[in-house]
Amino acid sequence: MIPASFDYEVAESVEHALALLGADPDAKVLAGGHSLVPALKLRVSRPSKLVDIGRLSDLAYVRDAGSQLAIGALTRHAAVQGDPLLQEHCPIVSSTAGKVGDPQVRHRGTIGGSLAHGDPASDLPAVILALDAELVIVGAGGERTVAAADFFTGVFQTAVGPGELLTEIRIPKLGDATGWSYLKYHRRAQDWATVGVAAIVHRDNGTATSASVALTNMGGTTLRAASVEAAVAAGSSPAEAAAHAAEGAEPASDTAASAEFRAHLARVLTERALMEALA
Amino acid sequence: MSATETWGIGAPLKRKEDDPLLRGRGTYVDNIDLPGTVVMVVVRSPYAHARITSIDTSAAKAAEGVVAVYTGADLRDDWKAAMPCAWPVTEDMKNPEHFPLAVSEVNYQGDGVAVVLADTRAHAVDAAELVDVDYEVLDAIVDVAAAAEDGATLVHEELGTNVSYVWPLESGTFDESADVIVKHTYIQPPLIPNAIEPRGVVARPEPGGDVTLWSATQIPHILRLLTAATLGMSETKLRVIAPDVGGGFGSKLDVYAEELLAVAIARRLGTPVKWIEERSENALATIHGRDFVTTLELAATKDGKITSLRANVIASMGAYLQLVTPGIPLLGAWIYAGPYEIPNYSVTFTGVFTNTTPTDAYRGAGRPEATYVLERTMDLLAKELGMDRVELRRKNFITEFPATIASGLTIDSGDHHASLDRLLEHLGLEELEAEQQARRDRGDTKQIGIGFSTYNEMCGLAPSRILGAIRYAAGGWETATIRCLPTGTFQVVTGTSPHGQGHETAWSQIVADQLGCDPSEVEVLHGDTSISPYGLDTYGSRSLPVGGAALWSAGEKIIEKAREIVAHQLEVAADDLEYEAGTFTVKGSPDKEMTVKGAAWAAFAAHNLPDGMEPNLEATATYDPPNFSWPGGAHAAVVEVDTGTGDARLIRYVAIDDVGTVVNPLIVDGQVHGGITQGIATALYEEAIYDEDGNLANGTMAMYLVPSAAELPSYELDRTETKATDHPFGAKGVGETGTIAAAPAVINAVIDALSHLGVTDIQMPATPERVWRAIEEAQQ
Ligand SMILES: Cc1cc2nc3c(=O)[nH]c(=O)nc-3n(C[C@H](O)[C@H](O)[C@H](O)COP(=O)(O)OP(=O)(O)OC[C@H]3O[C@@H](n4cnc5c(N)ncnc54)[C@H](O)[C@@H]3O)c2cc1C
Repeated sequence: MIPASFDYEVAESVEHALALLGADPDAKVLAGGHSLVPALKLRVSRPSKLVDIGRLSDLAYVRDAGSQLAIGALTRHAAVQGDPLLQEHCPIVSSTAGKVGDPQVRHRGTIGGSLAHGDPASDLPAVILALDAELVIVGAGGERTVAAADFFTGVFQTAVGPGELLTEIRIPKLGDATGWSYLKYHRRAQDWATVGVAAIVHRDNGTATSASVALTNMGGTTLRAASVEAAVAAGSSPAEAAAHAAEGAEPASDTAASAEFRAHLARVLTERALMEALA
Repeated sequence: MSATETWGIGAPLKRKEDDPLLRGRGTYVDNIDLPGTVVMVVVRSPYAHARITSIDTSAAKAAEGVVAVYTGADLRDDWKAAMPCAWPVTEDMKNPEHFPLAVSEVNYQGDGVAVVLADTRAHAVDAAELVDVDYEVLDAIVDVAAAAEDGATLVHEELGTNVSYVWPLESGTFDESADVIVKHTYIQPPLIPNAIEPRGVVARPEPGGDVTLWSATQIPHILRLLTAATLGMSETKLRVIAPDVGGGFGSKLDVYAEELLAVAIARRLGTPVKWIEERSENALATIHGRDFVTTLELAATKDGKITSLRANVIASMGAYLQLVTPGIPLLGAWIYAGPYEIPNYSVTFTGVFTNTTPTDAYRGAGRPEATYVLERTMDLLAKELGMDRVELRRKNFITEFPATIASGLTIDSGDHHASLDRLLEHLGLEELEAEQQARRDRGDTKQIGIGFSTYNEMCGLAPSRILGAIRYAAGGWETATIRCLPTGTFQVVTGTSPHGQGHETAWSQIVADQLGCDPSEVEVLHGDTSISPYGLDTYGSRSLPVGGAALWSAGEKIIEKAREIVAHQLEVAADDLEYEAGTFTVKGSPDKEMTVKGAAWAAFAAHNLPDGMEPNLEATATYDPPNFSWPGGAHAAVVEVDTGTGDARLIRYVAIDDVGTVVNPLIVDGQVHGGITQGIATALYEEAIYDEDGNLANGTMAMYLVPSAAELPSYELDRTETKATDHPFGAKGVGETGTIAAAPAVINAVIDALSHLGVTDIQMPATPERVWRAIEEAQQ
């Protein structure tokens, strides 16, 4: 468990980080290190240089931005979990951060790292996708904002290009008429999701008028369960809608579950998530 | 409470060992840093079965910091014998010769092909990547049942078969015309033992060709003997030290390639050599357990009296025979009938090679495998008979002891009804069954199930004569020395080798109880062949039943000598002395007394000893047990199964164990806790998964599911106590009980939870996917 050798630099500012990244195409950003360091130790990742953004404390925040909340990319899972603004206006994010790994992981891992890593088994991507969040990326060419729907591009691939940094995540405030649920099936407390389901449901008198549903670990990236959403919009019950949960998904088979069982779990969890969001 | 109740046999004394270990002050092998050490890294085969066509070490040799690179061919002449197997279970057992590094063929993923030695671990790891090995990949065989069949892909072409041996034990004739016969085949998957400390070795060359070997081992004595033999060294040239060792569960009961390599290379290079196993390397390079396919048949009368048992066991050896690989299945051979009286008995074991990590002892070794298939079949039989499963067990319990069982051994003591009664008191079965019914009636998503396992195991390895009769190479005795030091303290030397069990505490309590001192006045030395020259180490729940008895015998010798000294000093006849808890008093003159400690001083000063008596008070005793020891008990698991996700989770676990006399209830509870957890892990979580090419698919802690406290309930533990009649203070051994009992209780509970849906069988581990498929199949 010894990484291949690499250089290491501490970024003093976002500009400094961008300069360091720009100077070395094989450099990688180091945030909480809880996905990157294991990959280094297994030697599946062999960057020439690590640019450590861990000390950029001005990237760790949660701010009220009118109809949105803005979360700095370097905010640790534990801080997201405990943040009062999030708990009040968008509790699905704080609650899901509390379901990531174990306390050690949550005190090191960052929301930006979780999203930029592009791991289809990570929890927060599904929530960000279901919320139709916006992600702010900066690079040598300046700043751009990407919709969550365009952010997750492949297995361990996102819209964050070489030499770029994810700096902020903007999420909507959810009103009282909006229910939510993130259900994660995993075997042990510290495990990644075998399958996860994020559901945001707009309620009217105890029934759902519309829903956005996103799935964890049901394919190469987190993905929207479009057929479920369509069924809910057309007035289907949670059970009826959930039957469509795995449509179009191509989950992997691995030692945790076969693709077939993942599809089953997606249906079971989607029904439960819709029920929970409606309750 | 009297003094002995607070620290003698039976007292809940906190472990002496814990303070330094919990503060990080332990000395594990990796803490041993000797000047001039070179670090060894093993280059391992990525293939499960391949011919080595060439190895180019030139780039590795030229890399920074590299001291040497050796291939199997380079070191071939260092070995005067092949890797040792101490248990040739049959005369014609097939044992393919293998050496610490493969020379021409690799037979499992992780088989070592070369070693790199460098100044730092980082340099060694970097250079290991540069060793260029060409392989010609061969077909692999992984499935043990398939490997046993004619025409199967062969692991060792030259043997012409994958079958290493067939070993039968038969007494009586199976009643083919019985009222009821049930028959079922069970799979028990391969398991990775996962001691918290991976293996590690340091070998230091000493002047004159001697070598000191530190190893994270359970068996320093056996390791010394066999390392010396394999390398053609005199035993006197090798000192083996087991420092603090972080668990073993049988996986450190072996003579491993890296131990032999480190000694050989330290002698070649004249510098200390260190090898520390990585966690994911441990998953491949340290032995696995279980991997059995067993068909069990029970025949019974229609009122539930079992008349015959027949077991056909196919056991994977993995790629090679390690130290006791072929004998592991046999350790269960005598107890397939468990706590039940079954007159006709037949078991047959077939040991089979596969292209997987060699198997060997893993907690319970042979006995969990036996108990699992028996206790599952007891539930099947109860169902077939339409009889209550608890009643069926009761009806067949052995009740009179000593009991000579059909397999030929004699169980000295036990009381299975008492354990089962106690279990039912704790369990509240009626309420649980009412709750189960209510959930069924409501059609709840979460169903509950209750499972039982009543067991009897055989441990305290082992009477030497019996070991001889079943072709094990060594004996099963144990030895202990007690030295009474002049200041009234006691030094104990034991041949057992603790690696987490707390022998220092328990042995201190025994001496304190017997010789009248505080446990803190007892020092326990172990795990160093130059300090404890004789011993047969720690495994098979043997340390207290055998080593504890040796210690007690040494204590008796001390008392006898002290009695003569005291009689001489008090000028009374030895027969007039009464002894209790360290103090001799004179019958009729209660004011006249002298302690063992006093006698120790007198023996040290030697001013006034009986004529002809040697100075000093010291005794050594070696104890060869006349019989195995026979713990037993009754366990029950309550599980909740989510019929949607297939998730099965323990909600209660009640264990009643009879381990004879308890020396320290905290230690016993700790052993039971860990044992149960490993049994539950087997039932619900753990399994080494190989793909068909023999690649280990889940060899990391993220994918191999060792459960944690978060997944488990607090166990409800209690005991019954029947003393072992052969043991000086009645102890039976507790190291493996939980693991032996737990897995069938849990699987029986999972099946019970789903029985109303038509589920009758589920394979271990009962993963959510297996549970879901079982429900789906039953519904069709
Ligand atoms: C034992 C364990 C259990 C875990 N369990 C879970 C779980 O249950 N659910 C879950 O979702 N996650 C889990 N994780 C992962 C954890 O949440 C990680 O912390 C997170 O996924 C990555 O965040 P990080 O800050 O540690 O990123 P790092 O590991 O530092 O980086 C990850 C990747 O993202 C890139 N990166 C990081 N920050 C930025 C940025 N601001 N801009 C551009 N690129 C960036 C890095 O270059 C790297 O490629 C677990 C991790 C461990 C070790």
